[in-house]
Amino acid sequence: MWWTRLRALIVKELLAVLRDPKGRAILIGPPLIQLLVFSYAATLEVRNVDVMILNRDSGHWGQELVERIDGSPTFRKIEIAANPQQVREAIDGQDVIAAVEIGPDFSRGIEAGTPVDLQIILDGRRSNASQIVSGYLTQIAGGLAAETPAGKRSAARSISTIARNWFNPNLTYQWFMVPNLIASIALLIGLIVTALSIARERELGTFDQLMVSPLRVHEILIGKLLPPMMIGLFHITLYILAAIFIFGLPLRGSLFLLYGSGIFYLASVVGIGLFISALSMTQQQAILGAFLFMVPAMLLSGFATPIENMPDWLQPVTLVNPLRYFLIIVKGVFLKDIGLAEVVHQTIPLCLIAAVTLSAAAWLFRRRLE
Amino acid sequence: MTEAANRTELVRLSDVTKRFGDAPPALDAVSGSILGGEITGLVGPDGAGKTTLIRLMTGLMLPDSGSVDVLGFDTARDPAAIQAAIGYMPQRFGLYEDLSVQENLDLYADLRGLPKDERAATFDELLTFTDLKRFTGRLAGKLSGGMKQKLGLACALLKKPRLLLLDEPGVGVDPISRRDLWKMVEDLTKEGIGVVWSTAYLDEAEVCDGVLLLNQGKLMFSGKPADMTARVEGRVFRVSGVSGRKRQVLAKLLDEEGIIDGVIQGEALRIVAGEGSEPAFRSAGDGAKAAPAPPRFEDAFVDMLGGGPGGRSKLAEAQQPLAATDDRPVIEAKGLTKRFGDFTAADGITFDIQRGEIFGLLGPNGAGKSTTFKMLCGLLKPTAGEGRVAGFDLRRDAASARNQLGYMAQKFSLYGDLSIAQNLDFFAGVYGLSGQRKRERIALMNEIFDFGHHAGQSSKDLPLGLKQRLALACAVMHEPRALFLDEPTSGVDPITRREFWTHINALVEKGVTVLVTTHFMEEAEYCDRISLIYRGRSIALGSPDELKASVVTDDQPDPTMEDAFIALIRQSETETRQAA
Repeated sequence: MWWTRLRALIVKELLAVLRDPKGRAILIGPPLIQLLVFSYAATLEVRNVDVMILNRDSGHWGQELVERIDGSPTFRKIEIAANPQQVREAIDGQDVIAAVEIGPDFSRGIEAGTPVDLQIILDGRRSNASQIVSGYLTQIAGGLAAETPAGKRSAARSISTIARNWFNPNLTYQWFMVPNLIASIALLIGLIVTALSIARERELGTFDQLMVSPLRVHEILIGKLLPPMMIGLFHITLYILAAIFIFGLPLRGSLFLLYGSGIFYLASVVGIGLFISALSMTQQQAILGAFLFMVPAMLLSGFATPIENMPDWLQPVTLVNPLRYFLIIVKGVFLKDIGLAEVVHQTIPLCLIAAVTLSAAAWLFRRRLE
Repeated sequence: MTEAANRTELVRLSDVTKRFGDAPPALDAVSGSILGGEITGLVGPDGAGKTTLIRLMTGLMLPDSGSVDVLGFDTARDPAAIQAAIGYMPQRFGLYEDLSVQENLDLYADLRGLPKDERAATFDELLTFTDLKRFTGRLAGKLSGGMKQKLGLACALLKKPRLLLLDEPGVGVDPISRRDLWKMVEDLTKEGIGVVWSTAYLDEAEVCDGVLLLNQGKLMFSGKPADMTARVEGRVFRVSGVSGRKRQVLAKLLDEEGIIDGVIQGEALRIVAGEGSEPAFRSAGDGAKAAPAPPRFEDAFVDMLGGGPGGRSKLAEAQQPLAATDDRPVIEAKGLTKRFGDFTAADGITFDIQRGEIFGLLGPNGAGKSTTFKMLCGLLKPTAGEGRVAGFDLRRDAASARNQLGYMAQKFSLYGDLSIAQNLDFFAGVYGLSGQRKRERIALMNEIFDFGHHAGQSSKDLPLGLKQRLALACAVMHEPRALFLDEPTSGVDPITRREFWTHINALVEKGVTVLVTTHFMEEAEYCDRISLIYRGRSIALGSPDELKASVVTDDQPDPTMEDAFIALIRQSETETRQAA
């Protein structure tokens, strides 16, 4: 009997989303945009930037440096400045991100074996990119230094570093981003579909219709919970396929673990969605509420910036963010064959969050009936 | 001004057609005119095209073909000139709920460019006129429905218009405020202003000076209401003293030769005979008396539409009779009270509804009838008191009680994006029907209500009549013992309403119990007993005839339901004042 009722409700929920053109648009539009924008456009790598060089040295070493910078694949165009004024203007107008000034006694100093300085001017307005460019330029200068007579002499005594990147040997940006997206698309879809579901019924007046039916409150909650979870799992699957077949990510861990914890992750997300939905009277409020949660949740998850970088007082806030835990699992499954113990360790907080949000939603839901 | 000069033509509609998408035209070649110094009723059920026509007259929308001339300007060429000279009150007037009455007036005065030095006098006049002077500081959102409409009217009148367009001003307004509003508008016509009053209530049409009757986008009639009612003159009868149960008698009469329409009116029946036929009223029994009655606009409208549906209800024929299990009333309310904060929405409401009875909760909006209704179907928890449905206490066994009730809400509250078949499927499942029984019931509903080739269509795109049928089908699919109907037929066309009540009447004869809320007086006449709810209390309880009889005076020997309603409310107000 209860299964008949529940099945009718679940089928109805799915149909209500799929038959509504706006509902369909939500299921197709945002996921596609997110996949394209984040994996292609929102890159944190620095590529195709222009630099300017003011070479006041007429010797061999100055010329060598210019050629090495020119030969680096990072930089698109190398402009040669005639005077400091041009450097100022180019940086000011954001024509270049950095300028290298080679002093007049650069070559002479190197030949003589005395220390020489190289000035790099960076655009502090683009602090992140500047830092990376500075790193590239320093590396080039370092390479040059090792080949100078003085450098060759000291090579035996200096330490050379050899970096190897585990899990993502070439530091491919998309290997980092696409697993992130799998977690965040589930958050986006799960939250919006759920938040809209009750609010939509309130707006249309069908909610009363539901409440006078023999469905019990917990059945309504389960009926509202499962369809968005199914839709969320569908999107996760789609993104996993895209990750493997379009972006060529390695799948080193177990999909079973990924889906297993994914269910708890979705439950916690949908719980939050239901809570928002029970609070809002209109669909507009529900959408606003969903975004009010989603934007901080993305920023406080370690999605783009490491949690360890956040101030101490802010870090505890991230503990209630389901995205934080699931990100570790998704990246772990894809890039490093994460172990069962670690997955369980990350899934326990998800269970707790789901338990809290779902009970809160149920409580609010009942209270609204008063 | 002389009478003749007063009645100039303000609006001329010539073959106005308007379509939205692929649907049948919202307005189909409508022609007519609206005169100054008159109230023109724009009458028709919901979805007939009333709002579209009004919006075309404001120039906010342009016709696909034909032309609309307002005050001598063409709406396509000079909409600005028209908009400067008319007053328009949309269905939900754009009052700013978080501004006070005075602030709303100030705002609209600014918007309409009312000169500063005229304002004080205009405001004073309008506030006196609408009797809102005492409430200037109150937030518009806190006004009653009637006061909101009055404020809306005041805002539309800030710059005295030559033409006033009112889109369903009577909706959500209690009969007393509606009469006030009507009187105000009538006063305006004396100054030569032309008023368009759109309404779905056919009884309002009777008092208009002229009428444009729309149905499904087509103009059915244009002229004086008396000319309309004249077509059924002498064919309307009031049949009283029928032997047997009035609902069964009505059903039989409706299938008799020569009778095209009939409704229940308290204990009597109102019957319309077909053109040139002499009905014998055989089914009414020997003791029955058929007296000629003055025709109403609705009688004429039904006649024009080719008569009402017959008296048979396949729905009820398929229903197993509900035998009485005990003498216990099916619906019981004992001292039901609901408080929201320090506001008492319902105060000690008590009544019993017996098996096979139609019980009405009648009252103005916000009086507490919806609150009472919601407590009885388990949507609200009472603060005090007790409600039972089919013997189940709503506090303890709400889910069992809900299995026994069918619910049909105001307007159409089914899932619009789902097709008819999917809606039926959902409601069958939710009420625990499965397998063979589910298939049988759904097939039966399809057959009874003739959903046929519409079954796959999204239900929001269905015509109103079909939506109404679908809502009823969903509510009765599980054969409930009690039906809860919340304003079930407001705004629907008279044919659909009759069809609906034919089913309900027949179900009641099978032992189904019905609780209905309404502010629609015609609907109240269908009830066996009525509780009149006002300010959270039940101020009168009795059969429609008893209520009417209780207010008979020398001035009002034959009061209508609306007269009774108003008189009883006034009585209650006097008592409250004396008690205070």
